Amino acid sequence: MKHKTFFWFILPTFLAMLIFIFLPIISVVLQSVHTPHENVLITVENCDPFGCKKVTSIDHEATKNLNQSEPLGKFVGLDIYFDRGHLAIENFKLIWENSENIFSFVQSLSNLPFYKAVFFTLTFTFTVTPIMLLLGLLIALGVNSISKKLRGIVIFFSLLPMIVTPLIGSIILFWMIDSRGIIGNLIQWLFDDPNLSLKASTSLTWIMLIVYGVWHAIPFSFIVFYAGLQTVPKDQLESAKIDGANKFEEVIYIIIPHLMPLITFVTLMQLMDNFRVFEPIVGFSAEAHATSLSWIIFNDLGGETRQLSAAATSSILTIIGVIILLSPVLIRTWKDFKFKK
Amino acid sequence: MNLIKYTFLITSFLFFLIKNSFACEIKARVSVVGNEFPAIQTVGAGAKKCKGAEVKTNLTADHQKINVAGMSSEPAEYTSAIVANTSIVALLNNDLIRPLDNLVKKHGSKLKKNQLITINGKVMAVAFMANAQHLVYRKDVLEKLNISVPKTYEEMLSAAKKIRASGLAKNPVGGAYKAGWNLAQEFNNMFIGYGGKHFKGNTPEPNVNSDAGKKALNMMKSLSEYMNPDFLTHDSNATNAEFRAGNVILMNMWGSRAATLTDADGVSDAVKKGMDIAGPMTVGGGNIPASTLFWDGWTVAKKISDAEAEATFIAMMNAIDPSIIKDDKVRKQAVWLLDGYTPTDAARGVFAAAKMNTTPYPMLPYAGLMHSAIGAEIADFMQGKENAKKTLSDIEDAYRAAAKEKGFL
Repeated sequence: MKHKTFFWFILPTFLAMLIFIFLPIISVVLQSVHTPHENVLITVENCDPFGCKKVTSIDHEATKNLNQSEPLGKFVGLDIYFDRGHLAIENFKLIWENSENIFSFVQSLSNLPFYKAVFFTLTFTFTVTPIMLLLGLLIALGVNSISKKLRGIVIFFSLLPMIVTPLIGSIILFWMIDSRGIIGNLIQWLFDDPNLSLKASTSLTWIMLIVYGVWHAIPFSFIVFYAGLQTVPKDQLESAKIDGANKFEEVIYIIIPHLMPLITFVTLMQLMDNFRVFEPIVGFSAEAHATSLSWIIFNDLGGETRQLSAAATSSILTIIGVIILLSPVLIRTWKDFKFKK
Repeated sequence: MNLIKYTFLITSFLFFLIKNSFACEIKARVSVVGNEFPAIQTVGAGAKKCKGAEVKTNLTADHQKINVAGMSSEPAEYTSAIVANTSIVALLNNDLIRPLDNLVKKHGSKLKKNQLITINGKVMAVAFMANAQHLVYRKDVLEKLNISVPKTYEEMLSAAKKIRASGLAKNPVGGAYKAGWNLAQEFNNMFIGYGGKHFKGNTPEPNVNSDAGKKALNMMKSLSEYMNPDFLTHDSNATNAEFRAGNVILMNMWGSRAATLTDADGVSDAVKKGMDIAGPMTVGGGNIPASTLFWDGWTVAKKISDAEAEATFIAMMNAIDPSIIKDDKVRKQAVWLLDGYTPTDAARGVFAAAKMNTTPYPMLPYAGLMHSAIGAEIADFMQGKENAKKTLSDIEDAYRAAAKEKGFL
């Protein structure tokens, strides 16, 4: 393609990315290095139906001028990044010095909100992604080998988990796994423990969220792999058969190498998707046991507090996390590309 | 003949005028955001009765997540936010609501003085109801086991023990202990009950790492042993559902939800007839109840035109017109602060709370930061992952980080 053609071809996408991705990120970076100005506090008399009382309040007149001259707030550099709500440098050092072994170090670290969220987010990402890839491939192989008449309906049912909105899906499951729900009851009966509750234990909550994550993501990998299976060259499979390869060897030596670009694609998409896990935590009311980076951002923005700088900082840290996570896959793709050239 | 004709015309014109002055006429848009419990639904519906311009309401449990953003734009999307003494703070901190003194003079003749929320001498909100958490219990079960109605949390614990032993309920205690806002509110109640003060004097310095804090946490832990093991996922709605299902016998519940608690489909007669309410409980031998007093009221946005502010004021005044409490169903929805309100049976709990000098929830600019720090940190203690001292110092650390960011420390 000529450079000029390429330029006109890419321009609309480029503009859209500039306006909707690049500029917002710049504004988030700016927000994360500023905090609101220090409030001028005064004591005033407030009255409500229960009587009058002297209380502390913000003097808006006094802070107005400061806010107008510097609307972004006070520049604090990386202070927010290093505070207890985020990287918690000071607490990190203390814990490092006081921990006897790596186990107690991790345990103390997970008491800090940011690291707690990182631990869950990473566990979720690195369990859901491989399980989902494997199960997706198995289902695709299974569907591909059943009679053509049945395939339509099987594909339809296999896609259902993805059609359900994540928040709705998790709320429905939340009530099913309740200790009085159908699944919760079944589990109690299976383990013969009437006090067993999935929602009351941290490890069971994690497993539940991971199972949900896999359930929700399988259709995506399944449908991509199924499409890929339709393009596997027949002659290669036949020659393998003649050479005496069994079904398993066919999959390992022909089908998987053929699907490799698709596997990379699905891995990339799912790593990103799973790293920003959010809806199941809200849907399962799991915040006591598991939080994620996205959940921290949501929590900081909502409610009575509205910590914009804290949310902006968590967003930037999430973006850095995604970049680190994707870099091996991206480097691999780049090498393949150069190699082919 | 002409005289009769003119008289007829004039009188009918007069009638028309009178009739119209009674209906609610507005000239500019009104848009209300607020919580979703029954009394607020009534107020929202009342505002919508106004004619002449569009009236929109958005009543949702997530109102606190959207009201600040929805009132920050110019012009603001919401012309009014229905708030409580907790949630008004965020609007005050961001300077998003306007003083109502002039509008009160012009259109507020039906308001009582104690309905006006004044901050530094300016009316910033109009309260229409009071609220507090208090005991809701099953009279039939307590009578059967010969247990007197608990007046303290200690009595609640021993009652729970007896009920569990009798086999009438496995987890007889209920409470909105969902991690986050609800759990923090329960801690606040208990902490105040033990005589705790959240802040050092009139400063934003935290003060929860104290003896009262430790006792409050331990009491919550003891109570939770008699709760459904999923308690950290139960908010007020889920706790009420447990009560309706007959699983919960004793609970600390909002007055605003108590009145209509058993009005749902499928509630058994035993629960319907057996439900009763009492005042809030004290704890640790203290006189102040382990509860907090709330008011709910409405505000008018700052960043809207004066015409819109006036229309909003008129519509909201219409919504809380004292005539609404003539309807028995509406009357029992809340403890109304409106003229002519006489308490219903359902209001006994909140009235008792007011009489027992329950502490009102503080309208402090940094109270919300403390509340969310508490809500985030207590969950670890409730699960037995750390001790009370560690949790309390975690709360103070988390609060300090947030307060520093927001410019309070």
